[in-house]
Amino acid sequence: MLQTAQRGKKTSANKAAPHERFLEAFRWMLLARTLEEKLVSLYRGGQITGGVYIGKGQEAVSVACGMFLQKGDIFAPLIRDQAGRSAFGEPIVDVARTYLGSRQGPMRGRDGNIHRGKPGDDQLAMISHLGAMVSVTVGALLAKRFRGEKNFVGLSCIGEGGMQTGSFHEGMNIAAVEQVPLVIVATNNHYAYSTPNDREFACADLVDRAKGYGFEGYSIDGTDLSMCLDVIGSAVKRARAGRPPQLVVASVLRLSGHGEHDDASYVTDEMKRQPFAQDCLKLTEKKVVDLEMADAATLKSWREDAARQVDEAIATAQKEAAPDAEKEDWCAISTRELVDRPE
Amino acid sequence: MSITYLEAIREAQARLLRDDERVFIYGQDVGGTFGGAFKATKGLAKEFPNRVLNTPISEDAIVGTAIGAAIKGMRPIVEMQFADFSSTALNQILNHAGTHYWRTNIPVPITIRLPSGGTKGSGPFHSQSMESIYAHYPGLIVMTPATVEDAYTMLIDAVAIDDPVVYCEHKYLYYHLKADKLPDKGLPTGRARIAREGRDLTIVTYSAMVQESLAVAGELARENLEIEVVDLRTVKPLDTDTVLASVARTGRLLCVGESFPWGGATAEVIARVTSEGFHLLDAAPVRINAKDTPIPYHPNLWSAHRPGAKMIAAKARALLKE
Ligand SMILES: Cc1ncc(C[n+]2csc(CCOP(=O)(O)OP(=O)(O)O)c2C)c(N)n1
Ligand SMILES: [Mg+2]
Repeated sequence: MLQTAQRGKKTSANKAAPHERFLEAFRWMLLARTLEEKLVSLYRGGQITGGVYIGKGQEAVSVACGMFLQKGDIFAPLIRDQAGRSAFGEPIVDVARTYLGSRQGPMRGRDGNIHRGKPGDDQLAMISHLGAMVSVTVGALLAKRFRGEKNFVGLSCIGEGGMQTGSFHEGMNIAAVEQVPLVIVATNNHYAYSTPNDREFACADLVDRAKGYGFEGYSIDGTDLSMCLDVIGSAVKRARAGRPPQLVVASVLRLSGHGEHDDASYVTDEMKRQPFAQDCLKLTEKKVVDLEMADAATLKSWREDAARQVDEAIATAQKEAAPDAEKEDWCAISTRELVDRPE
Repeated sequence: MSITYLEAIREAQARLLRDDERVFIYGQDVGGTFGGAFKATKGLAKEFPNRVLNTPISEDAIVGTAIGAAIKGMRPIVEMQFADFSSTALNQILNHAGTHYWRTNIPVPITIRLPSGGTKGSGPFHSQSMESIYAHYPGLIVMTPATVEDAYTMLIDAVAIDDPVVYCEHKYLYYHLKADKLPDKGLPTGRARIAREGRDLTIVTYSAMVQESLAVAGELARENLEIEVVDLRTVKPLDTDTVLASVARTGRLLCVGESFPWGGATAEVIARVTSEGFHLLDAAPVRINAKDTPIPYHPNLWSAHRPGAKMIAAKARALLKE
């Protein structure tokens, strides 16, 4: 069974043979897709309060973000990074608990859905405000440098929409000024909510910005898992080796609504016919079959394994208690004696 | 005909676009066939394709652009996708729009619409009420409509006003509130409204808490307790006269707001009443706000964090016994 990744303890993706790495990535993608399909069905059944945001079509890019990070590296995933979060080491029960509001989840019902993380385990907990995670990742890396740690990197994810915030721009600049070992993976899924690229930016290619910031930049086809692994893997390696910060821009189409409340009727048919609109999971599976990397029985067992893991995680979270307002401490600071009690 | 609070906001914008060529709407996802995250501009881009414009996710630049356009004769309406995201435009709103007239004698007629307040499951970044921050800074008018009628007429007034207006529309009211028809004109800007008359206790409130307070007044009326509910309508300017006149009638004051407890509109009302109308009070004034933590995601926590009818009723009863 595919276990939660144990960074640093197993042969890391950095060293694995390409086909092993490819298959491992495929299985994380499959797990992410299976989990998110389940979340969508729970949402439709009224069992999830608030929104559900999935990474359908972006699993290949995302998984590559998680796979090359080792113990001590910093990961700042965003809304469409289930595959990367799992590959990085987030147990899927954390996802189930956060979506279902379990008190035992990492967010304890205080925050929900994709707004989750475990900073203690180097997975930063995103806020909604786009662009804000870049400089925070830079700061986490600076701290490591101050403390004399070596051989670490940080990877921060962003969408092409979030790239247009002032916060993102300041974060990129400060990363380059500080020369921290940072990789930014920007996924252009061609929409920010309903807004297409032509109302988001007007440069020919977002990767051209790398030079202006003092980053090294690369473009990839986000539907091609091999390319995602090669390029993102190399960017992580370069950052780790002391090259300037790295920007990877991946092209995909968001294969879902912005959230599950959104029918995405604004996505044009022309857009759906573009090569980047293909489903990376299907392409990956086809490659596995065509190159005979795994036989049908193995594929079936992987799928069953993913389904079983998801069912277990959901069942666990469903059994757990919801938060109780009476038992909450309603305290937003850790220095409890300094809490202001207005009543 | 029945029209919701949300439809009133859309209708007001449609009328503004039709009546005044200087008006344009600027914000994320407001244009195209989409019409905004809450559909407050649905259909408007079809009629006015050049004046309902999608923007990048760049709040600071959105407001900056609107300020520049306003200085040069336009009447922009900015839609923030959620009030919470206006925090990334604070610099332009507070330091630029808020200071401009005072510094240069040139007013900045922009309207910034903030979909505000909590709804179940929205969590810390899609639930905030920011009126008190904006009211604290000089140079801004802060509207907090609580009815369908006010949502409509106040938005029209906001655009007509030559100064920057922060228009806080409550997401919880979007679909919950309905009216039969839209009025042509409302009360003047800055005038509070007596939403219900009573002689035993005054509740001063605004936005979604007006509805909660009216529900409490209805409930207590069955016990022969007469609650007067004052809807501030704008938290800045704050209609101290109407509030004082009400407290003069009742002698008891309860202030209810949905935002965080440190400072804010409720504290301001109490500060004014105690300093200007201390002699009118028969008991110490009381206020109710949200709790001093970020806004929780889980409905169990959210409904305890946000003031509601139950808490308002309990505090009102206790205050009436004082
Ligand atoms: C500063 C800020 N403004 C607005 C929003 C609301 N919002 C959430 S996601 C989103 C679109 C994001 O687009 P993109 O960055 O391309 O990511 P994608 O959803 O396409 O993965 C918007 C506008 C936000 N989260 N932060
Ligand atoms: Mg996008």
